Amino acid sequence: MDTSDRHYALSVHEARRLLHSRGLSSRELTESCLQRIESVEPAVRALISVCADRALSQADEADRVLSRGDGDALTGIPFIAKDVLCTEGVKTTCGSRILESFVPPYDATVVKRLLSQKAVLLGKANMDEFAMGSSTEHSAFFPTHNPWDLDRVPGGSSGGSAAAVAAGEALFTLGSDTGGSIRQPAGFCGVVGLKPTYGRVSRFGLVAFASSLDQIGPFARDVEDCALVMNAIAGPCELDSTSAPVEVPDFTSCLSNDIRGLRVGVPREYFIEGMQPEVRLCIEEAIRVLEGLGAHVDRNVSLPSTKYALAAYYIIAPSEASANLARFDGVKYGLSVDGATAEEALVRTRGQGFGDEVKRRIMLGTYALSAGYYDAYYLKAQKVRYLIRRELDEAFEKCDVLATPTSPTVAFPLGSKLDDPMQMYLSDVFTLPVNIAGIPGISVPAGYVSGLPVGMQLMANRFREDTLLRAAYAYEQATEWHLRRPAL
Amino acid sequence: MALSTEEVRHIAWLARLGVSEDEIERFRVELSVILDHFRVLQALDTASVPAAPHASLLQNVTRDDVSRPSLPRDSVLANAPDSQDSCFRVAPILE
Repeated sequence: MDTSDRHYALSVHEARRLLHSRGLSSRELTESCLQRIESVEPAVRALISVCADRALSQADEADRVLSRGDGDALTGIPFIAKDVLCTEGVKTTCGSRILESFVPPYDATVVKRLLSQKAVLLGKANMDEFAMGSSTEHSAFFPTHNPWDLDRVPGGSSGGSAAAVAAGEALFTLGSDTGGSIRQPAGFCGVVGLKPTYGRVSRFGLVAFASSLDQIGPFARDVEDCALVMNAIAGPCELDSTSAPVEVPDFTSCLSNDIRGLRVGVPREYFIEGMQPEVRLCIEEAIRVLEGLGAHVDRNVSLPSTKYALAAYYIIAPSEASANLARFDGVKYGLSVDGATAEEALVRTRGQGFGDEVKRRIMLGTYALSAGYYDAYYLKAQKVRYLIRRELDEAFEKCDVLATPTSPTVAFPLGSKLDDPMQMYLSDVFTLPVNIAGIPGISVPAGYVSGLPVGMQLMANRFREDTLLRAAYAYEQATEWHLRRPAL
Repeated sequence: MALSTEEVRHIAWLARLGVSEDEIERFRVELSVILDHFRVLQALDTASVPAAPHASLLQNVTRDDVSRPSLPRDSVLANAPDSQDSCFRVAPILE
């Protein structure tokens, strides 16, 4: 193999220039990514499926458009989609045995939007089953390995999507985020991951986990690339009634090195006992960088409801999941196990098709919604949601963005948190409130601890991805963390 | 907040989830630990707090009641474990 071919390592914005100037073809770029996939997948295992033939004909089609001098920002750019997103004609498993052979008859809206720009779909990324998890170890098929240390997790549930970008398997990927499932793996894998405002990106074709929390978002190696992908995927959609009728700005025009006067809040509750000390130091240093760029940092912001977010999330999300996963019954699609009666077939199908974490969450949700417990759990959690949202609304009256660590620790070793579900849940404490309130959040590379990436999370007010991306870009451009690559 | 074996069995039945006796015991322990953590919410006084059932601020999104083309029947049935005469086929539900 020609080792001078590192086209797979290009950023989206660099590749776009080369493709449009015809210095590079989409076929060359796609072949480079496919070769890279072949080379690193035995170690990383980020992908459930690769659709090489389909990708190459999409690349050729993109090249035809580009040769005419036509094409959009993402024409000819190879990407991978988390296996929770429906891709017509391409197996979509959600990391579960219950959908092991499911081939969707339609594309998710975000996939359709990317394919209509003639982006190239390389394959589907591994994930925790039905997006329930923080390490990708709950995939029914195999765990994904962190490209920075193969004995460690990439994070989850979009671990495959994050690892694929870090490992150079695609120029960008799509993930989904319900409690941190884009941001946390982005932090663990040293890449940029953005969860948009709830309603910013259509959920049509996203297999639902928790309908009031789920959002789709991009992973990329830098902030400009994320902005380019957001331009393509964001915007109202008739097929998703929760999609917001809000105009989509050109997110790349928000990017600037100038954040003088930007009001950055640092909530005290995000610097807790039990977080890894070196991670705290990285984030404190990152906030000093923001200050050095002219931002006004307020370290006295307080969000007292933060400590209730974990409990509220682990009631709301499983409750909604218990309803959303009721559709997996062996009748219309997916695994179907025989039984003496319809009921027995149903119970056996779901018993065999779902893994432990999914069963745990379905049961938690069923309990929280059941008669006699609804008020104490589900209704209570919805009131906590109101409080968390109100606190953040108040914070954004005085701040433009909030800066926090993305996760209390760096990537942990594979197998180290499987004995105690609560331990796994705790790795999401910093990301959960963002989903509960429906605001946008991003994780950007902010340093390394013993060679393992640390992510800084920035949050902004609802529909203020412009401010979020501006702050993230300015920070990124003042540092070099995003230029490092794992030694794969 | 310790769940009893009976409660776990009941929850599994409500969710139509097949679980073995070993799984019931394992889940009983795990779920009890998780539910115990939720007690932190009881300390919070939310008597005068409204419930926020949604992250979205939208309400009552509708469209005109006009029929539009749907998915072709063949593609809908393509993933069906069992189908007959353009229908999904299941075991009898009522005897």
